[in-house]
Amino acid sequence: MNITVTVNGMEHTADVEPRLLLVDFIRTNLGLTGTHIGCDTTSCGVCTVLIDGTPVKTCTMFAVQANGRSVTTVEGLKQNGELSAMQQAFREHHGLQCGFCTPAMMLVGTALIEENPDPTEDDIRWAISGNLCRCTGYMNIVKSIEAAAETTREGAIS
Amino acid sequence: MTTTEHKPHTSSEIGGLGHSRRRVEDARFLEGRGNYVDDITLPKMLHMAIHRSPLAHARIISIDTSAAEAVEGVVAVVTGELLAGYNLAWMPTLSGDTQAVLATDKVRFQGQEIAAVIATDRYVAQDAARLVEVEYEDLEPIVNPQRSLEEDAVLIRDDKEDQTSNLCFEWESGDKALTEAAFAKADKVVSLETHYPRSHPAPLETCGIIADVDSATGQATLYMTSQAPHAHRTVFALVAGLAEQNIRIISPDIGGGFGNKVPIYPGYVVATAASLVIGQPVKWVETRTENLISTGFARDYYMKGELAVTNDGRILGLRVDMLADEGAFYADAQPSKFRAGLFHIVTGSYDYPAAYVTTRGAYTNKAPGGVAYRCSFRVTEASYLIERLVQNAAYELGMDPAEFRSNNFIQADQFPYHSPTGFVYDSGDYETAMRKAMEMVGYGDIQAEKEEARKEGRLVGIGMASFTEVVGAGHGEDYDIIGLKMFDSAELRVHPTGKAILKLGVKSQGQGHETTFAQIVAEELGIPAGDVKVVEGDTDNTPYGLGTYASRSTPVAGAATAVISRTLREKARKIAAHLLEASEEDLEWETGKFFVAGDPESSVSIQDIAFAAYTNPPPNVEAGLEGVHYYDPPNMTYPFGTYIVVVDVDPESGQWKVRRMVAVDDCGVKINPMIVEGQIQGGLTEGFAMSSMQHITFDETGNCLGSNFTDYLVPTAWETPRFELGETVTPSPHHPIGAKGVGESATVGSPAAYVNAVVDALQHMGVQNVEMPMTADRVWHAMQEADGG
Amino acid sequence: MYPSKFDYLAPETLEEALAVLAERGDEVKILAGGQSLIPMMKLRFAEPSTLLDINRVPGLDAIDIQDGHVRVQALARHADVVRSEVIKEENDLMAGAAPWIADPIVRNLGTVCGSLAHHDPEGDWASVMLALDAEVVAASKEGVTHFHPGADGTQHTGGTRVISIQEFLVDMFTTSLYPTEILTEVRVPRYERGGGNYQKLERKVGDYATVGVATHIELGVDDRITKAGIALTSVYAHNLKVTDAETALVGQAPSDELFAEAGRIASAACDPASDTRGSAEYKRHIVGLFTERSLAESLKIAQGGQS
Ligand SMILES: Cc1cc2nc3c(=O)[nH]c(=O)nc-3n(C[C@H](O)[C@H](O)[C@H](O)COP(=O)(O)OP(=O)(O)OC[C@H]3O[C@@H](n4cnc5c(N)ncnc54)[C@H](O)[C@@H]3O)c2cc1C
Ligand code: FES
Ligand code: FES
Repeated sequence: MNITVTVNGMEHTADVEPRLLLVDFIRTNLGLTGTHIGCDTTSCGVCTVLIDGTPVKTCTMFAVQANGRSVTTVEGLKQNGELSAMQQAFREHHGLQCGFCTPAMMLVGTALIEENPDPTEDDIRWAISGNLCRCTGYMNIVKSIEAAAETTREGAIS
Repeated sequence: MTTTEHKPHTSSEIGGLGHSRRRVEDARFLEGRGNYVDDITLPKMLHMAIHRSPLAHARIISIDTSAAEAVEGVVAVVTGELLAGYNLAWMPTLSGDTQAVLATDKVRFQGQEIAAVIATDRYVAQDAARLVEVEYEDLEPIVNPQRSLEEDAVLIRDDKEDQTSNLCFEWESGDKALTEAAFAKADKVVSLETHYPRSHPAPLETCGIIADVDSATGQATLYMTSQAPHAHRTVFALVAGLAEQNIRIISPDIGGGFGNKVPIYPGYVVATAASLVIGQPVKWVETRTENLISTGFARDYYMKGELAVTNDGRILGLRVDMLADEGAFYADAQPSKFRAGLFHIVTGSYDYPAAYVTTRGAYTNKAPGGVAYRCSFRVTEASYLIERLVQNAAYELGMDPAEFRSNNFIQADQFPYHSPTGFVYDSGDYETAMRKAMEMVGYGDIQAEKEEARKEGRLVGIGMASFTEVVGAGHGEDYDIIGLKMFDSAELRVHPTGKAILKLGVKSQGQGHETTFAQIVAEELGIPAGDVKVVEGDTDNTPYGLGTYASRSTPVAGAATAVISRTLREKARKIAAHLLEASEEDLEWETGKFFVAGDPESSVSIQDIAFAAYTNPPPNVEAGLEGVHYYDPPNMTYPFGTYIVVVDVDPESGQWKVRRMVAVDDCGVKINPMIVEGQIQGGLTEGFAMSSMQHITFDETGNCLGSNFTDYLVPTAWETPRFELGETVTPSPHHPIGAKGVGESATVGSPAAYVNAVVDALQHMGVQNVEMPMTADRVWHAMQEADGG
Repeated sequence: MYPSKFDYLAPETLEEALAVLAERGDEVKILAGGQSLIPMMKLRFAEPSTLLDINRVPGLDAIDIQDGHVRVQALARHADVVRSEVIKEENDLMAGAAPWIADPIVRNLGTVCGSLAHHDPEGDWASVMLALDAEVVAASKEGVTHFHPGADGTQHTGGTRVISIQEFLVDMFTTSLYPTEILTEVRVPRYERGGGNYQKLERKVGDYATVGVATHIELGVDDRITKAGIALTSVYAHNLKVTDAETALVGQAPSDELFAEAGRIASAACDPASDTRGSAEYKRHIVGLFTERSLAESLKIAQGGQS
């Protein structure tokens, strides 16, 4: 089946089998390997991307379902060639170790502060509770998202 | 000497030890440009999927691959029979046992590898793998080690000639007679029987390989999720009969290891054999279920511990008897002399003369493994047992558990301390760490609140663990893995412009080696850390090393890095003398430069020296500023600390929640405090996971009940406690930079603290133990039984 | 883990979708949020030959008030319920239950109606709807004879049907929906003075319930209970409405003893299995405890004057 998906602002057209999972379309067909696979049961969230701004688990969606939609992956987070506030905050606050969960965590964080610019620690922990991390114990991920929210708020004021 | 803080000696531009330098590796991960095995695609690459046994124990009558072969896109179906033709149907394990690569005679655990389909597409490979048909004759599945060792239990390893029972090993440590004598003198014997449940490291990236064997040249390039690429290359050379110089193992970015990526798995071997035969690259990446049901599990020790104590609160001796569930193949990744790993560190942070440990391991119809899951070879089980026993002993003597610990701690002036099981603890100050943790948590206030809470019908508990870890194996004379001595290496090349490249035999899986090892060079040579590139994970381009697990990297490879840096500094002194026209003895070193004593103006920088090393070396000095060092540690290092947990338990439902978690760690000198904190937070989370939810069980047919993330529970940010960290710093006296290693302390030390806290909340009812994971159900039952009894 | 092959259709109107179903309903599986269906397909527990993706059908995603009911349409996601002002205003039980479903990312796709159509006994929504005496609306192509695969061979001639939730939920993974029907909405009656609450014992976020208890009560002017709903998750072969406990409450003045009695009835009515989530004995205990706690909470909300 022929589909057209906008990924990180670029339109891609491809002929795919209906059973092709969106995560495999992103990773294999488009070569965007920042989106990962970590489980078979929709549990880990490392495959998360934003579809029209909303986080979804791409291991539990078919590529054909994304036809005509707009997808943001970690590769699309940079703005004007610069790391986004979220990416910078993860670096500054050591929000990543092995990096496997990181793209998803940053995308979920980005969607969160879009909706709620001033989240509490509980808001953040709740928002990322569909995403597992085995390395960090989450504390620095939470700190990173908090910090990104703060710089984004300041940026919006100035 | 213990201090509570450690200031960096170098400027932040240099970025030596003690700087919370931001991580170099983040640059690629933040943009999704990490390079994990599954991200790699090679031309003409094929995909492999494995057909696995649904049964735990059965004889194989026949294997029919015709339906699988008929699927369009399938290139080959590999069976054990085929591999036997290449002498590859069996492979050695890291504990010197053998393991089936693809089963030919019997299946011995659910999930065991039987056949592999190689196809042009991943989806097709999986479609076809389902079509392999196997006819079985059922055998009794043996799902626990107790049953396994009964006389009439069916023999699991009938493939091994000398094997007449399911006993896998027996091992002892300590002095039996001395221990018996200590127990004879005891006023009380406190005992605890407990099971450290089977667990799995479950890094978010599963295991995988791309095997690319060039049939024309015989060159095999293996991209593998490997925590120990050099050791793996040697094993491949021995197993596959390939010439070692023709094997290149590349371990690219690794999405977490925690011990899971130390062993060699059948999938790696089959993919390599398939690539060799077919002449195209073959990729195999596990599914999560495959990861959980077939690759290295951890723990699964049944432990009985007894502590001999006096009425005035002194420990006289310790006796431990254990039964280990080893699964179908004995594959523990551990030093070969030590069949129960370093479990004999079980005497803990306490000073007493006698201990005796006996262990038996049994084969069962479960997956093999016994990996050091964020732990230094069974230290986690040991630390758990002693810290639980100590707490119970305090209750039995009517003492405060902190005071009881304090009574028995090895004192700061007793180091180096010779333990009754043969360890030589390098340094420590347990009392200071414990007091600091108690102060942070407000120990007295919480003890007082406990009483008040009970009156209001609330249950509050406080529990601690004052653990001692042992990490950084070797010394090589005592510690080896399949004969390979447990040293590690570093090769440092300082280029003419004063920039450097450091090559290591270890392999980061998230620990930030690219950042921290550069800091060691910066400290020792004064070259800014940003000018030092760290390379690892490619056997063609790094010196030999045993790999990263058991918190080895900092203690061993970190030491190698410091030593080679110092060696180059001495060479630099010669060059500096030549450049400054002074004698070597008159030169003094200050970070980044040599100067003439008494004349600081006459100096030359390390960068200028490096340039001269290639452009203007002294007449009788070899050109260049490069070297390699293999570091064989004289002893291991002994990180320690005290963790305190406060819990609130719902007396009606048995649900419990961590209110506070205070962790005071002492890992000696810290290379990068930010990274150390991150490691500790991660480890405390794993400890929480094990104590609260994470375990693998089997039903009576050997069916694995923890085969994916809906059943094998990994905590999310929502359940995970907020940690409060503190530190003391007691340098290791024998380590070149005084560092001890930290990656695993928190996993080792924290489970007992969580359990002690819950038991403490229930202890007044008569509850003495709650098994891990402490599900609400178990906590509720413990209260019920105590109330009833 | 990959699904087996299938054909994929994504109609852009309800009529088109119903026509496909009328023609080949038996081979077709409806795809809504996909958060139950796709995991099952990946594990090959489900191997439909055709997927009918209804996500492109417009006008099916409302959460609003219609004819004295709160209406949740087929494409309203769990997350939409969490965010909905209408739900917050109108229905405490639904508002309370929504954040307990799955995890935040799964909630962005999974639907309430999909959950009901799936009828997993561990699903939370069915209990909520049982406690609320909800109705579902099903649509199929008119003028065609539709057959139910059940043994009784029932048939109807299409159009729109309103089905009470109890009739709809037949048994685990079974509903009274015809293979040619689409569940277009679920609706719950509005109430004047009431409150509701969902209590769930889960081991971690994203876990299905070890035990789930949904309660809803309404109060009359005399402060007596005029209506009560209690239903249980994960402790019976299907979601269980505890009618006896409801009956015991109606007409009574609320009290701790009364709620304890309802808890005892619920605890006796359930039939949990021992598994890795907990022992049967423990689950039964939790049913009693949570029923009592949930009712107390519902009462508090009702007395708080929430409409
Ligand atoms: C990790 C995870 C955790 C979860 N945890 C929970 C939980 O705690 N509690 C809980 O209740 N659920 C949980 N779920 C399930 C989740 O709520 C699902 O979203 C829901 O059960 C199904 O809704 P859906 O829209 O995704 O349906 P789909 O998966 O699209 O469909 C499910 C079934 O219903 C049918 N169907 C769907 N919509 C319609 C319709 N409009 N008309 C007719 N038939 C239809 C489909 O054909 C299919 O048979 C979890 C799911 C996941 C992946
Ligand atoms: S891969 Fe685990 S949720 Fe998608
Ligand atoms: S950083 Fe490794 S899983 Fe999160």
